Amino acid sequence: METIRDVDPMIPKPFRVQQVRQETPDTFTLELVSANGGGDFRFAPGQFNMLYVFGVGEIPISISGNPDARRSLVHTTRAVGTVTKAMRKLRRGGMLGVRGPYGTQWPVEEAEGNDVVFVAGGIGLAPLRPAMYRVLSHREKYGKVVLLYGTRSPSDILYRKELEHWRARFDLEVFVTVDRAQRPWRGNVGVVTNLIPKAPFDPSSVVAMVCGPEVMMRFTVLELEKRGVQHSNIYLSMERNMKCGIGQCGHCQFGPEFVCKDGPVFPYTRIGHLLPKWEI
Amino acid sequence: MERIEYSAIETLLQVLKRRDYVTLAPILREGAIIYDEVENASQLPRAFVDVQAAGSYRVERREDNAYFGHHVGPTTWKKFLFPPLFELFRVIRTASGFRIEGDANSENHDTVPQHKYAFIGVRPCDVQALALNDKVFQNGPYVDRAYKVRRESMFVVAVNCTEAGGTCFCDSMGTGPKANGGYDLCLTELTGDDEGFFLLEVGSERGADVAKELPSRPADPSERERAVEAIQRARTSMGRTLQTDRLREMLADNLDHPEWDNVARRCLTCANCTMVCPTCFCSTVEDVTDLTGATARRVRTWDSCFTLEFSYIHGGSIRSTPKSRYRQWMTHKLSRWVDQFGEYGCVGCGRCITWCPVGIDLTEVARAIRERQHSSITLQEEV
Ligand SMILES: Cc1cc2nc3c(=O)[nH]c(=O)nc-3n(C[C@H](O)[C@H](O)[C@H](O)COP(=O)(O)OP(=O)(O)OC[C@H]3O[C@@H](n4cnc5c(N)ncnc54)[C@H](O)[C@@H]3O)c2cc1C
Ligand code: SF4
Ligand code: SF4
Ligand code: FES
Repeated sequence: METIRDVDPMIPKPFRVQQVRQETPDTFTLELVSANGGGDFRFAPGQFNMLYVFGVGEIPISISGNPDARRSLVHTTRAVGTVTKAMRKLRRGGMLGVRGPYGTQWPVEEAEGNDVVFVAGGIGLAPLRPAMYRVLSHREKYGKVVLLYGTRSPSDILYRKELEHWRARFDLEVFVTVDRAQRPWRGNVGVVTNLIPKAPFDPSSVVAMVCGPEVMMRFTVLELEKRGVQHSNIYLSMERNMKCGIGQCGHCQFGPEFVCKDGPVFPYTRIGHLLPKWEI
Repeated sequence: MERIEYSAIETLLQVLKRRDYVTLAPILREGAIIYDEVENASQLPRAFVDVQAAGSYRVERREDNAYFGHHVGPTTWKKFLFPPLFELFRVIRTASGFRIEGDANSENHDTVPQHKYAFIGVRPCDVQALALNDKVFQNGPYVDRAYKVRRESMFVVAVNCTEAGGTCFCDSMGTGPKANGGYDLCLTELTGDDEGFFLLEVGSERGADVAKELPSRPADPSERERAVEAIQRARTSMGRTLQTDRLREMLADNLDHPEWDNVARRCLTCANCTMVCPTCFCSTVEDVTDLTGATARRVRTWDSCFTLEFSYIHGGSIRSTPKSRYRQWMTHKLSRWVDQFGEYGCVGCGRCITWCPVGIDLTEVARAIRERQHSSITLQEEV
C-alpha cells in the first residue's frame, strides 16, 4: 500500500555536487550528496529524480548510479536546453534541489533465471546502468547478459572506461555501435537495432530492457519480435514532458498512463498499442 | 426536509460568517455570473438568468425573483482550492547555495490566504467536480496539502437545478440536476406566483449544526412533490445528451477517426475550454526571480494541453497538431479519466461548449465518432 507522504511533495531537498565528470562533449555526470548531511538514498533501477537548478527550473533525470551505493546520488545528463545547460555549469560544492525517487523500475528481479539484453540508444544508457549494476552484482542468478549500445559517434560514447572494463569480462557481452565514425574507430557502424539479429541470447527466455529515443525503441521491438522474443518480456522506458513527477500536473500523459507514476518503465504489453499511434 | 423562506438566505450567510467562513457565492460582474466573496444576500444575482448556447452567453432579467435562477458561468469553484496562480515555495540565494523558505502551507504564504471557505450555490455538476478534483489532488499517494487544508475546512451549500442551462448535459453524466451528496446543505429553490422559498436538505453534521440556526418548518408533502417535479423538469428539458455506454472504449479505439480532422479544422487551440472546465487540473511550474536574482519563487500556474509547450520535449512537441491536442483533451475527459481515476472527467456542466469561440461541442464530436463507428461496424456485418 502506498501511503500519504506527510511532506509537501513539490518541495525539493538541497543537495551538493561532490563530483563532476565530463563524459562526452555534451554529457556530464554529477555525484550529489545531501546538503543537510545523512545519506541513505534508496532507489530502484529505472527511477528518476526531479532536479532543480536555482532560478532556472526543474527537470526529470534518471538515476544512473549503483543502487547499492547509497551514500550519494548519481545523475548523467546531456546538456540540450535551458535547465540542462545551467546544470552543466555547476561545479563541486554547487547546489541542486532534488525530489524523488519517482516512477517504476526495470524488472531486474523478475528477470532472474533468464537471459537479459539491455538495448540502449544515446543517453538511454544512463537509466539502464543501475539495472546493469544490479544484474552484475547478482550475476549468478542470470543466464547470458548482453548490452547493445548505439550512439552518434565514438566521441559520444558514455561511460567509456566502464564499458571497456565490462567488455573484458567473460560473463557479459558488450556490443557498441556508432551512427557515423571517423578513422580510428574499428567498431560497428550503424544503428543499434542492427546488432539485435546476431546478439547472443536465447530469444525464448530473454528479458529485454530498452531505453532510447522513441523511434529507436519502436525499431528495437520490431527486431526483437523477428527473433521471436515475447512481447511480455520486453520493457521500455518512456520520456514525456514532466512538471511534477507525482501525477498531478498532467504533462506526462501517454494515453491512459501518467509516465511519471505508471512509468517511466513500462512492459511493452501495456503500451505497445499506443506506440504506433500518432502524436499520443 | 425543511422549508426555509427567502429571508433565511441572509441568515445563512451571517451564520456562516460568524463561524469564520469566507462566504463565496455567485455574483454578477461585467456581464457574467462568477463566484466571489459576498457580504450579504443582496449581492446575489437575484432575478437574473444566463442564456447559454454553443459559443454564446448572455445574462438577462428573469420574470420571477429567483436567487439561483442561473446556471454555471465562466469561472469554477476549483480556483479557490487549486488557484490559477499559486506560489509553492520560495528559494533564497545564500553564500553557499540556496535555502528553501515558506512552503504552501505556511502562514506568510501570500498568494492564497488560509481561509475557511463556504461555497454557496454550488450546482450538482460542480459538487461532483469537487469530488473529481479530490481524486487528483488529495486521494492519490501524493497530496497537495494546500488543497487538502482548504478542502477539509470548507462548507458546501449546493443548489439543485430546476431549469437546465442551454448547454447542460449533467443528466447524461449522472451528476445532476439533483445533487447526490458531497454537500453540507442542499437547497431546492421553488418559485411560482407567490414569493419563492427553499427546501433544505442536510448532508453532514457540520450542515446540521448550521441548519439549526435557520428559521424553518418541516416541508409538507405537496412542497416535496413540487421539488421533485421541478427537478424532473430540468432533467427532461435538457437539450443535450451524451451517450456514455462504452464511451471510454469507443474513444480509445477510434484515435484515427476522421472526425478528429473535422474538429481540428474549426478548433483555434485557444484553450478556453480547459480554462473554464471545473475538472481540468493541468499545471506548470515556473521560476519567477526578482531583479537582483536573489530570490526565486516557484509559481504553479494553470496550464492547458492545447498549447504547444505542454508536450514539448527536446527536439519538438509531441502533439504538434491541433488535431492531436483536441483529441488529447477530449479523450482525456471522456476516456482516459476512467482508466486513471475510475470515473469520467466530465460532469456535463456545458461550460466548454458555451465558452468555445467557435462553438465546438464535445457531445457532438462524440456522437459523430459513434455514428461513423457504428456504420462501419454495420457495413462489416453486412458483408
Ligand atoms: C523520466 C525521464 C528521465 C530522464 N532521464 C534523463 C537522463 O538520465 N539524462 C538526460 O540527459 N536526460 C534525461 N531525460 C530528459 C531530460 O529531462 C530533458 O533533456 C530535459 O528536461 C531538458 O530540459 P532543458 O530545460 O535543458 O531543455 P529545453 O529544451 O530548454 O526544454 C524546456 C523544457 O521542456 C521540457 N523538456 C524538454 N525536453 C524534455 C525531455 N526530453 N523530457 C522531458 N521534458 C523535457 C522540460 O520541462 C524543460 O525544462 C529524462 C526525461 C524523463 C521524462
Ligand atoms: S468537459 Fe466541458 S462539460 Fe465536461 S466538465 Fe469540463 S467544461 Fe463541463
Ligand atoms: S475546442 Fe474551442 S475552446 Fe477548446 S481550444 Fe478549441 S476553439 Fe478553443
Ligand atoms: S509529471 Fe506531472 S503528471 Fe506526470
